[in-house]
Amino acid sequence: MTDTANPYGAQAHARAMAGTRVESMPTLPASAAADLPEGVAAEAMVWEETIAPGGYAAKQLGRGARLRLTDLGGDACASMLVFNAERPIERLNVADTLKVQWNAYLGAGRLVLSDMGKVMLSVLDDEAGTHDAFCGASNQASNARRYGTGDNWGPHPNARDRFSLALAKFGLGRRDIHPCINWFKGVRVEEDGGVTPQIGPFAAGRTITLRAEMDLILVLANCPHVMDARADYTVTPLRVSAWRGPVTPVDDPIRNATPEGLRAFLNVEADFSR
Amino acid sequence: MTDTALQGLAGPVTLDQVVAARAPWDAIVRKGQTLRIVDLEGNQAVDFLMYALTDDAERYSAQDTMAAQGNIFLRTGSVLLSNEGRAMATVTGTSVAYHDTIGGACSCESNTLRYGHHTKSQHACVENFLQANARHGRGKRDMVSNINWFMNVPVEADGALGIVDGISAPGLYVDLRAEMDLVAIVSNCPQINNPCNGFNPTPVRMIIAG
Repeated sequence: MTDTANPYGAQAHARAMAGTRVESMPTLPASAAADLPEGVAAEAMVWEETIAPGGYAAKQLGRGARLRLTDLGGDACASMLVFNAERPIERLNVADTLKVQWNAYLGAGRLVLSDMGKVMLSVLDDEAGTHDAFCGASNQASNARRYGTGDNWGPHPNARDRFSLALAKFGLGRRDIHPCINWFKGVRVEEDGGVTPQIGPFAAGRTITLRAEMDLILVLANCPHVMDARADYTVTPLRVSAWRGPVTPVDDPIRNATPEGLRAFLNVEADFSR
Repeated sequence: MTDTALQGLAGPVTLDQVVAARAPWDAIVRKGQTLRIVDLEGNQAVDFLMYALTDDAERYSAQDTMAAQGNIFLRTGSVLLSNEGRAMATVTGTSVAYHDTIGGACSCESNTLRYGHHTKSQHACVENFLQANARHGRGKRDMVSNINWFMNVPVEADGALGIVDGISAPGLYVDLRAEMDLVAIVSNCPQINNPCNGFNPTPVRMIIAG
Protein backbone atom coordinates (compact mmCIF):
# COMPACT_ATOMS: atom_id res chain seq x y z
CA MET A 1 0.00 0.00 0.00
CA THR A 2 1.33 3.45 -0.93
CA ASP A 3 1.31 6.51 1.33
CA THR A 4 -1.42 8.05 -0.81
CA ALA A 5 -3.83 5.11 -0.98
CA ASN A 6 -6.39 6.82 1.26
CA PRO A 7 -7.39 10.49 1.94
CA TYR A 8 -5.45 10.58 5.23
CA GLY A 9 -2.23 9.56 3.59
CA ALA A 10 -2.84 11.77 0.55
CA GLN A 11 -3.45 14.74 2.85
CA ALA A 12 -0.24 14.10 4.76
CA HIS A 13 1.67 13.72 1.51
CA ALA A 14 0.27 17.03 0.16
CA ARG A 15 0.91 18.93 3.38
CA ALA A 16 4.49 17.69 3.57
CA MET A 17 5.23 19.92 0.55
CA ALA A 18 4.58 23.11 2.54
CA GLY A 19 7.51 25.46 2.69
CA THR A 20 9.10 24.29 -0.53
CA ARG A 21 10.99 27.10 -2.25
CA VAL A 22 11.70 27.16 -5.98
CA GLU A 23 13.21 29.93 -8.05
CA SER A 24 9.99 30.97 -9.81
CA MET A 25 7.13 31.53 -7.39
CA PRO A 26 5.27 34.29 -5.56
CA THR A 27 6.11 35.39 -2.03
CA LEU A 28 3.07 35.54 0.27
CA PRO A 29 2.46 37.72 2.04
CA ALA A 30 4.37 40.24 -0.06
CA SER A 31 5.61 41.83 3.17
CA ALA A 32 7.85 38.77 3.52
CA ALA A 33 9.63 39.81 0.30
CA ALA A 34 13.04 38.24 -0.11
CA ASP A 35 14.20 41.14 -2.26
CA LEU A 36 12.84 44.22 -0.50
CA PRO A 37 13.60 47.33 -2.59
CA GLU A 38 15.84 49.83 -0.86
CA GLY A 39 13.92 52.33 1.25
CA VAL A 40 10.63 50.42 0.99
CA ALA A 41 8.90 49.30 4.20
CA ALA A 42 8.03 45.62 4.23
CA GLU A 43 4.37 46.39 5.00
CA ALA A 44 4.14 48.57 1.85
CA MET A 45 4.85 45.59 -0.40
CA VAL A 46 1.87 44.35 -2.41
CA TRP A 47 3.51 41.90 -4.81
CA GLU A 48 6.68 39.91 -5.07
CA GLU A 49 6.87 37.17 -7.64
CA THR A 50 9.51 35.57 -9.80
CA ILE A 51 8.01 34.70 -13.17
CA ALA A 52 9.43 31.54 -14.70
CA PRO A 53 11.08 31.43 -18.10
CA GLY A 54 8.07 31.02 -20.40
CA GLY A 55 5.71 31.95 -17.57
CA TYR A 56 3.20 34.70 -16.96
CA ALA A 57 1.52 36.61 -14.14
CA ALA A 58 -1.12 39.31 -13.71
CA LYS A 59 -2.08 41.59 -10.84
CA GLN A 60 -4.37 44.46 -10.03
CA LEU A 61 -2.40 47.46 -8.77
CA GLY A 62 -3.70 50.61 -7.12
CA ARG A 63 -3.09 54.14 -8.32
CA GLY A 64 0.30 55.27 -6.99
CA ALA A 65 1.76 51.77 -6.75
CA ARG A 66 5.37 51.35 -7.79
CA LEU A 67 6.35 48.38 -9.89
CA ARG A 68 9.93 47.25 -10.27
CA LEU A 69 10.87 44.63 -12.86
CA THR A 70 14.24 42.90 -12.51
CA ASP A 71 15.92 40.98 -15.30
CA LEU A 72 17.49 38.49 -12.92
CA GLY A 73 19.61 36.58 -15.41
CA GLY A 74 20.05 39.02 -18.28
CA ASP A 75 17.67 37.28 -20.66
CA ALA A 76 14.19 38.15 -19.41
CA CYS A 77 11.69 39.61 -21.88
CA ALA A 78 8.82 41.24 -19.99
CA SER A 79 5.96 41.54 -22.47
CA MET A 80 3.29 43.75 -20.90
CA LEU A 81 -0.41 44.44 -21.39
CA VAL A 82 -2.17 47.07 -19.27
CA PHE A 83 -5.87 47.68 -18.57
CA ASN A 84 -7.77 50.20 -16.49
CA ALA A 85 -8.90 47.98 -13.60
CA GLU A 86 -12.14 49.90 -13.16
CA ARG A 87 -13.08 49.76 -16.86
CA PRO A 88 -10.89 47.24 -18.73
CA ILE A 89 -12.28 48.53 -22.03
CA GLU A 90 -9.59 51.20 -21.58
CA ARG A 91 -6.17 49.75 -22.31
CA LEU A 92 -2.61 50.45 -23.31
CA ASN A 93 -2.26 52.04 -26.75
CA VAL A 94 1.27 51.61 -28.06
CA ALA A 95 0.78 53.84 -31.12
CA ASP A 96 -0.53 56.72 -29.01
CA THR A 97 2.26 56.16 -26.46
CA LEU A 98 4.89 56.79 -29.15
CA LYS A 99 3.05 59.36 -31.25
CA VAL A 100 1.94 61.60 -28.40
CA GLN A 101 5.48 61.69 -26.98
CA TRP A 102 7.07 62.24 -30.41
CA ASN A 103 9.52 59.42 -29.75
CA ALA A 104 10.00 55.77 -30.64
CA TYR A 105 11.81 54.65 -27.51
CA LEU A 106 10.67 54.13 -23.93
CA GLY A 107 12.90 54.95 -20.97
CA ALA A 108 13.15 57.01 -17.80
CA GLY A 109 10.70 59.89 -17.72
CA ARG A 110 8.46 58.48 -20.46
CA LEU A 111 4.78 57.69 -20.08
CA VAL A 112 2.68 54.67 -21.01
CA LEU A 113 -0.61 55.94 -22.41
CA SER A 114 -4.08 54.46 -22.73
CA ASP A 115 -6.38 54.59 -25.74
CA MET A 116 -8.45 57.19 -23.89
CA GLY A 117 -5.83 59.93 -23.73
CA LYS A 118 -4.67 59.12 -20.21
CA VAL A 119 -1.40 58.17 -18.57
CA MET A 120 -1.43 54.62 -17.20
CA LEU A 121 2.19 54.33 -16.05
CA SER A 122 5.20 56.60 -15.66
CA VAL A 123 8.74 55.26 -16.06
CA LEU A 124 10.51 56.43 -12.88
CA ASP A 125 13.82 54.72 -13.43
CA ASP A 126 15.41 52.62 -16.16
CA GLU A 127 18.74 50.85 -15.84
CA ALA A 128 18.23 48.87 -19.03
CA GLY A 129 17.63 51.27 -21.91
CA THR A 130 16.74 48.43 -24.27
CA HIS A 131 12.98 48.18 -24.71
CA ASP A 132 10.64 47.53 -27.61
CA ALA A 133 7.28 48.98 -28.58
CA PHE A 134 7.38 47.71 -32.17
CA CYS A 135 7.67 43.94 -32.40
CA GLY A 136 4.98 42.70 -30.03
CA ALA A 137 4.39 39.22 -28.73
CA SER A 138 5.51 35.90 -30.11
CA ASN A 139 2.66 33.63 -31.18
CA GLN A 140 2.09 29.91 -31.65
CA ALA A 141 3.17 30.03 -35.29
CA SER A 142 6.34 32.07 -34.70
CA ASN A 143 7.48 29.82 -31.85
CA ALA A 144 6.67 26.68 -33.83
CA ARG A 145 8.83 27.97 -36.68
CA ARG A 146 11.81 28.63 -34.41
CA TYR A 147 11.57 25.95 -31.71
CA GLY A 148 9.37 23.28 -33.28
CA THR A 149 6.47 23.90 -30.89
CA GLY A 150 4.83 26.91 -29.29
CA ASP A 151 2.02 25.54 -27.18
CA ASN A 152 1.09 26.47 -23.61
CA TRP A 153 1.38 22.81 -22.62
CA GLY A 154 4.81 22.32 -24.17
CA PRO A 155 8.35 23.50 -23.50
CA HIS A 156 8.16 26.64 -25.69
CA PRO A 157 5.10 28.70 -24.73
CA ASN A 158 4.51 31.88 -26.72
CA ALA A 159 3.74 35.29 -25.27
CA ARG A 160 0.39 35.71 -27.02
CA ASP A 161 -1.03 32.46 -25.66
CA ARG A 162 0.34 33.36 -22.21
CA PHE A 163 -1.55 36.66 -22.43
CA SER A 164 -4.66 34.76 -23.46
CA LEU A 165 -4.56 32.61 -20.31
CA ALA A 166 -3.85 35.55 -18.04
CA LEU A 167 -6.71 37.59 -19.51
CA ALA A 168 -9.19 34.72 -19.27
CA LYS A 169 -8.78 34.86 -15.50
CA PHE A 170 -9.99 38.47 -15.54
CA GLY A 171 -12.93 37.69 -17.81
CA LEU A 172 -11.09 39.07 -20.83
CA GLY A 173 -10.28 37.20 -24.02
CA ARG A 174 -8.44 37.03 -27.31
CA ARG A 175 -10.08 40.24 -28.50
CA ASP A 176 -8.53 42.09 -25.59
CA ILE A 177 -4.93 41.22 -26.45
CA HIS A 178 -3.70 44.59 -27.65
CA PRO A 179 -0.25 45.54 -28.99
CA CYS A 180 2.23 45.13 -26.13
CA ILE A 181 5.44 46.64 -24.83
CA ASN A 182 8.50 44.40 -24.39
CA TRP A 183 10.74 45.51 -21.52
CA PHE A 184 14.44 44.49 -21.45
CA LYS A 185 14.65 43.36 -25.08
CA GLY A 186 15.04 46.33 -27.40
CA VAL A 187 14.89 47.45 -30.99
CA ARG A 188 16.30 50.37 -32.89
CA VAL A 189 14.75 51.71 -36.09
CA GLU A 190 17.19 52.38 -38.94
CA GLU A 191 16.95 55.16 -41.50
CA ASP A 192 15.30 52.87 -44.08
CA GLY A 193 12.78 51.70 -41.52
CA GLY A 194 14.71 48.54 -40.72
CA VAL A 195 14.23 47.14 -37.25
CA THR A 196 17.44 46.05 -35.49
CA PRO A 197 16.80 43.92 -32.41
CA GLN A 198 18.84 44.29 -29.22
CA ILE A 199 18.55 40.82 -27.72
CA GLY A 200 21.57 40.55 -25.43
CA PRO A 201 22.16 38.62 -23.24
CA PHE A 202 22.62 41.62 -20.98
CA ALA A 203 24.14 42.06 -17.53
CA ALA A 204 22.12 40.27 -14.86
CA GLY A 205 20.03 42.35 -12.49
CA ARG A 206 18.95 45.32 -14.64
CA THR A 207 15.76 46.94 -13.37
CA ILE A 208 13.03 49.26 -14.56
CA THR A 209 10.66 51.00 -12.13
CA LEU A 210 7.17 52.16 -13.09
CA ARG A 211 4.44 54.10 -11.25
CA ALA A 212 0.75 53.29 -11.69
CA GLU A 213 -1.18 56.46 -12.52
CA MET A 214 -4.61 54.79 -12.31
CA ASP A 215 -5.91 51.50 -10.92
CA LEU A 216 -4.52 48.90 -13.30
CA ILE A 217 -4.62 45.28 -14.32
CA LEU A 218 -1.05 44.56 -15.30
CA VAL A 219 -0.26 41.43 -17.33
CA LEU A 220 3.26 40.11 -17.91
CA ALA A 221 4.52 37.24 -20.05
CA ASN A 222 8.18 36.20 -19.98
CA CYS A 223 8.90 34.46 -23.28
CA PRO A 224 11.78 34.89 -25.75
CA HIS A 225 11.49 38.02 -27.88
CA VAL A 226 9.91 37.33 -31.26
CA MET A 227 13.10 38.52 -33.05
CA ASP A 228 15.45 36.48 -30.83
CA ALA A 229 17.32 34.46 -33.46
CA ARG A 230 18.89 31.97 -31.06
CA ALA A 231 17.90 28.40 -31.89
CA ASP A 232 17.33 27.50 -28.24
CA TYR A 233 14.35 28.83 -26.27
CA THR A 234 16.43 31.28 -24.24
CA VAL A 235 14.80 33.23 -21.43
CA THR A 236 15.65 33.73 -17.75
CA PRO A 237 13.42 34.46 -14.73
CA LEU A 238 11.75 37.85 -14.29
CA ARG A 239 11.25 39.29 -10.82
CA VAL A 240 8.32 41.56 -10.09
CA SER A 241 8.24 43.76 -6.99
CA ALA A 242 5.41 46.19 -6.27
CA TRP A 243 4.64 48.43 -3.34
CA ARG A 244 2.16 51.11 -2.35
CA GLY A 245 3.12 54.71 -3.00
CA PRO A 246 1.62 58.18 -3.06
CA VAL A 247 -0.49 59.38 -5.97
CA THR A 248 1.55 61.65 -8.25
CA PRO A 249 1.54 65.21 -6.87
CA VAL A 250 0.87 68.24 -9.09
CA ASP A 251 4.51 69.35 -8.90
CA ASP A 252 5.90 65.97 -10.05
CA PRO A 253 8.65 66.53 -12.63
CA ILE A 254 7.51 63.72 -14.94
CA ARG A 255 3.91 65.02 -14.82
CA ASN A 256 5.10 68.46 -15.91
CA ALA A 257 7.85 67.46 -18.33
CA THR A 258 5.91 68.01 -21.58
CA PRO A 259 2.63 69.70 -22.53
CA GLU A 260 1.29 66.45 -24.00
CA GLY A 261 2.20 64.47 -20.89
CA LEU A 262 0.69 67.08 -18.58
CA ARG A 263 -2.62 66.81 -20.45
CA ALA A 264 -2.46 63.01 -20.07
CA PHE A 265 -2.20 63.53 -16.29
CA LEU A 266 -4.97 66.14 -16.34
CA ASN A 267 -7.24 63.62 -18.08
CA VAL A 268 -6.55 61.01 -15.37
CA GLU A 269 -7.08 63.55 -12.62
CA ALA A 270 -10.37 64.58 -14.25
CA ASP A 271 -11.42 60.92 -14.26
CA PHE A 272 -10.76 60.67 -10.51
CA SER A 273 -12.71 63.91 -9.82
CA ARG A 274 -15.93 62.21 -8.77
CA MET B 1 -12.22 57.24 -72.39
CA THR B 2 -10.00 54.96 -70.29
CA ASP B 3 -10.24 55.15 -66.54
CA THR B 4 -6.56 55.07 -65.59
CA ALA B 5 -7.45 54.19 -61.98
CA LEU B 6 -8.55 50.75 -63.21
CA GLN B 7 -5.38 49.95 -65.15
CA GLY B 8 -3.63 46.72 -64.29
CA LEU B 9 -6.48 45.26 -62.26
CA ALA B 10 -7.11 41.60 -63.06
CA GLY B 11 -10.65 40.27 -63.20
CA PRO B 12 -13.99 42.02 -63.10
CA VAL B 13 -14.50 45.08 -60.91
CA THR B 14 -17.05 44.08 -58.26
CA LEU B 15 -17.08 47.33 -56.31
CA ASP B 16 -16.05 50.88 -57.16
CA GLN B 17 -16.92 53.54 -54.61
CA VAL B 18 -15.76 56.98 -53.55
CA VAL B 19 -15.48 57.46 -49.82
CA ALA B 20 -16.33 61.01 -48.85
CA ALA B 21 -13.85 63.08 -46.91
CA ARG B 22 -14.04 62.28 -43.16
CA ALA B 23 -16.29 59.23 -43.67
CA PRO B 24 -16.09 55.56 -42.60
CA TRP B 25 -16.28 52.69 -45.09
CA ASP B 26 -16.31 48.90 -44.90
CA ALA B 27 -16.39 45.98 -47.32
CA ILE B 28 -15.73 42.28 -47.59
CA VAL B 29 -12.73 41.34 -49.72
CA ARG B 30 -12.59 37.70 -50.73
CA LYS B 31 -9.41 35.65 -50.87
CA GLY B 32 -7.62 36.35 -54.14
CA GLN B 33 -9.41 39.63 -54.81
CA THR B 34 -7.51 42.90 -55.02
CA LEU B 35 -8.51 46.01 -53.10
CA ARG B 36 -7.13 49.14 -54.75
CA ILE B 37 -7.16 52.38 -52.77
CA VAL B 38 -6.69 55.54 -54.82
CA ASP B 39 -5.56 58.79 -53.17
CA LEU B 40 -7.71 61.00 -55.43
CA GLU B 41 -6.45 64.43 -54.45
CA GLY B 42 -3.14 63.51 -52.78
CA ASN B 43 -1.80 63.10 -49.23
CA GLN B 44 -5.01 61.73 -47.75
CA ALA B 45 -4.39 59.31 -44.89
CA VAL B 46 -6.57 56.22 -45.14
CA ASP B 47 -6.76 54.54 -41.72
CA PHE B 48 -7.30 50.84 -42.27
CA LEU B 49 -8.27 47.79 -40.17
CA MET B 50 -8.67 44.18 -41.29
CA TYR B 51 -10.46 41.25 -39.66
CA ALA B 52 -10.66 37.61 -40.70
CA LEU B 53 -14.20 37.13 -41.99
CA THR B 54 -14.73 33.76 -40.32
CA ASP B 55 -13.18 34.64 -36.92
CA ASP B 56 -12.88 38.34 -36.32
CA ALA B 57 -10.86 37.83 -33.11
CA GLU B 58 -8.11 37.32 -35.70
CA ARG B 59 -7.19 40.73 -37.07
CA TYR B 60 -4.36 42.79 -38.52
CA SER B 61 -1.36 43.18 -36.25
CA ALA B 62 1.14 45.94 -36.96
CA GLN B 63 3.62 44.45 -34.47
CA ASP B 64 3.55 40.97 -36.02
CA THR B 65 3.90 42.49 -39.48
CA MET B 66 6.87 44.69 -38.54
CA ALA B 67 8.65 41.93 -36.62
CA ALA B 68 8.28 39.45 -39.49
CA GLN B 69 9.54 41.80 -42.19
CA GLY B 70 12.11 43.51 -39.94
CA ASN B 71 10.97 46.94 -41.08
CA ILE B 72 8.42 49.49 -39.92
CA PHE B 73 7.39 50.66 -43.41
CA LEU B 74 4.86 48.97 -45.70
CA ARG B 75 6.03 48.73 -49.29
CA THR B 76 5.34 46.60 -52.35
CA GLY B 77 5.82 43.01 -51.22
CA SER B 78 4.90 43.60 -47.58
CA VAL B 79 2.83 40.74 -46.17
CA LEU B 80 0.22 41.99 -43.70
CA LEU B 81 0.03 39.52 -40.83
CA SER B 82 -2.68 38.79 -38.31
CA ASN B 83 -2.28 38.62 -34.55
CA GLU B 84 -2.05 34.85 -35.05
CA GLY B 85 0.86 35.24 -37.44
CA ARG B 86 -1.08 34.37 -40.60
CA ALA B 87 -0.92 36.26 -43.88
CA MET B 88 -4.07 38.35 -44.33
CA ALA B 89 -3.06 40.36 -47.41
CA THR B 90 -0.07 41.27 -49.55
CA VAL B 91 0.84 44.70 -50.90
CA THR B 92 1.11 43.73 -54.54
CA GLY B 93 1.83 47.21 -55.82
CA THR B 94 1.92 50.85 -54.82
CA SER B 95 3.02 54.06 -56.48
CA VAL B 96 3.97 55.56 -53.09
CA ALA B 97 7.42 54.77 -51.67
CA TYR B 98 6.12 53.53 -48.31
CA HIS B 99 3.14 53.64 -45.98
CA ASP B 100 2.80 53.86 -42.19
CA THR B 101 1.72 51.33 -39.59
CA ILE B 102 3.12 52.81 -36.36
CA GLY B 103 1.11 56.03 -36.17
CA GLY B 104 -2.18 54.52 -34.98
CA ALA B 105 -5.53 56.21 -35.45
CA CYS B 106 -6.48 59.66 -34.24
CA SER B 107 -9.09 59.82 -31.50
CA CYS B 108 -10.94 62.60 -29.74
CA GLU B 109 -9.12 61.60 -26.57
CA SER B 110 -5.58 61.47 -27.97
CA ASN B 111 -6.21 64.73 -29.81
CA THR B 112 -6.60 66.40 -26.39
CA LEU B 113 -3.03 65.33 -25.56
CA ARG B 114 -1.51 66.10 -28.93
CA TYR B 115 -3.13 69.47 -29.60
CA GLY B 116 -5.13 70.58 -26.57
CA HIS B 117 -8.59 70.16 -25.13
CA HIS B 118 -10.05 72.56 -27.70
CA THR B 119 -9.94 69.67 -30.22
CA LYS B 120 -12.10 67.27 -28.17
CA SER B 121 -15.23 67.85 -30.23
CA GLN B 122 -13.53 67.31 -33.58
CA HIS B 123 -14.31 64.18 -35.58
CA ALA B 124 -11.65 61.44 -35.45
CA CYS B 125 -10.72 58.07 -36.97
CA VAL B 126 -11.62 56.08 -33.87
CA GLU B 127 -15.16 57.48 -34.12
CA ASN B 128 -15.32 56.20 -37.71
CA PHE B 129 -13.87 52.81 -36.75
CA LEU B 130 -16.34 52.38 -33.90
CA GLN B 131 -19.27 53.23 -36.16
CA ALA B 132 -18.17 50.99 -39.03
CA ASN B 133 -17.32 48.08 -36.71
CA ALA B 134 -20.62 48.35 -34.85
CA ARG B 135 -22.40 47.23 -38.02
CA HIS B 136 -20.51 43.93 -37.70
CA GLY B 137 -21.09 43.49 -33.97
CA ARG B 138 -17.62 44.63 -32.99
CA GLY B 139 -16.87 47.21 -30.34
CA LYS B 140 -14.10 49.17 -28.76
CA ARG B 141 -12.22 46.07 -27.57
CA ASP B 142 -11.82 45.14 -31.24
CA MET B 143 -9.92 48.34 -31.95
CA VAL B 144 -6.30 47.35 -32.30
CA SER B 145 -3.43 48.36 -34.50
CA ASN B 146 -4.06 49.83 -37.93
CA ILE B 147 -2.39 50.83 -41.18
CA ASN B 148 -2.28 54.43 -42.41
CA TRP B 149 -2.09 54.29 -46.18
CA PHE B 150 -0.50 57.39 -47.72
CA MET B 151 0.75 58.64 -44.33
CA ASN B 152 4.40 59.45 -43.59
CA VAL B 153 5.82 58.75 -40.10
CA PRO B 154 9.63 58.72 -40.09
CA VAL B 155 11.78 57.74 -37.10
CA GLU B 156 14.99 59.75 -36.71
CA ALA B 157 18.29 58.39 -35.36
CA ASP B 158 17.58 59.79 -31.88
CA GLY B 159 14.13 58.22 -31.80
CA ALA B 160 12.23 61.37 -32.78
CA LEU B 161 9.02 60.27 -34.45
CA GLY B 162 6.15 62.20 -35.94
CA ILE B 163 3.54 62.53 -38.63
CA VAL B 164 5.13 64.80 -41.24
CA ASP B 165 4.32 66.09 -44.71
CA GLY B 166 3.10 63.32 -46.99
CA ILE B 167 4.89 61.69 -49.92
CA SER B 168 1.74 60.82 -51.85
CA ALA B 169 0.15 62.78 -54.71
CA PRO B 170 -3.13 62.88 -56.66
CA GLY B 171 -3.92 59.55 -58.30
CA LEU B 172 -1.35 57.45 -56.45
CA TYR B 173 -2.60 54.09 -55.24
CA VAL B 174 -1.96 50.95 -53.25
CA ASP B 175 -3.08 47.43 -54.22
CA LEU B 176 -3.74 44.71 -51.63
CA ARG B 177 -4.35 41.11 -52.53
CA ALA B 178 -6.44 39.33 -49.92
CA GLU B 179 -4.84 36.10 -48.71
CA MET B 180 -7.97 35.13 -46.78
CA ASP B 181 -11.59 36.33 -46.73
CA LEU B 182 -11.44 39.71 -45.03
CA VAL B 183 -13.51 42.51 -43.62
CA ALA B 184 -11.80 45.81 -44.43
CA ILE B 185 -12.70 48.84 -42.33
CA VAL B 186 -11.62 52.32 -43.35
CA SER B 187 -11.65 55.72 -41.76
CA ASN B 188 -10.99 58.39 -44.36
CA CYS B 189 -9.04 60.43 -41.85
CA PRO B 190 -10.68 63.69 -40.72
CA GLN B 191 -7.61 65.02 -38.88
CA ILE B 192 -6.99 68.74 -39.44
CA ASN B 193 -4.31 69.40 -36.81
CA ASN B 194 -1.33 67.77 -38.52
CA PRO B 195 -0.08 67.29 -42.10
CA CYS B 196 -1.42 63.71 -42.56
CA ASN B 197 -4.17 65.03 -44.84
CA GLY B 198 -2.41 68.18 -45.93
CA PHE B 199 -4.68 69.93 -43.39
CA ASN B 200 -7.57 69.32 -45.79
CA PRO B 201 -9.38 65.95 -45.75
CA THR B 202 -10.38 64.75 -49.24
CA PRO B 203 -12.21 61.77 -50.81
CA VAL B 204 -10.57 58.48 -51.73
CA ARG B 205 -11.65 55.75 -54.14
CA MET B 206 -12.01 52.07 -53.24
CA ILE B 207 -12.01 49.46 -56.01
CA ILE B 208 -12.36 45.70 -55.54
CA ALA B 209 -11.53 43.46 -58.48
CA GLY B 210 -11.13 39.77 -59.18
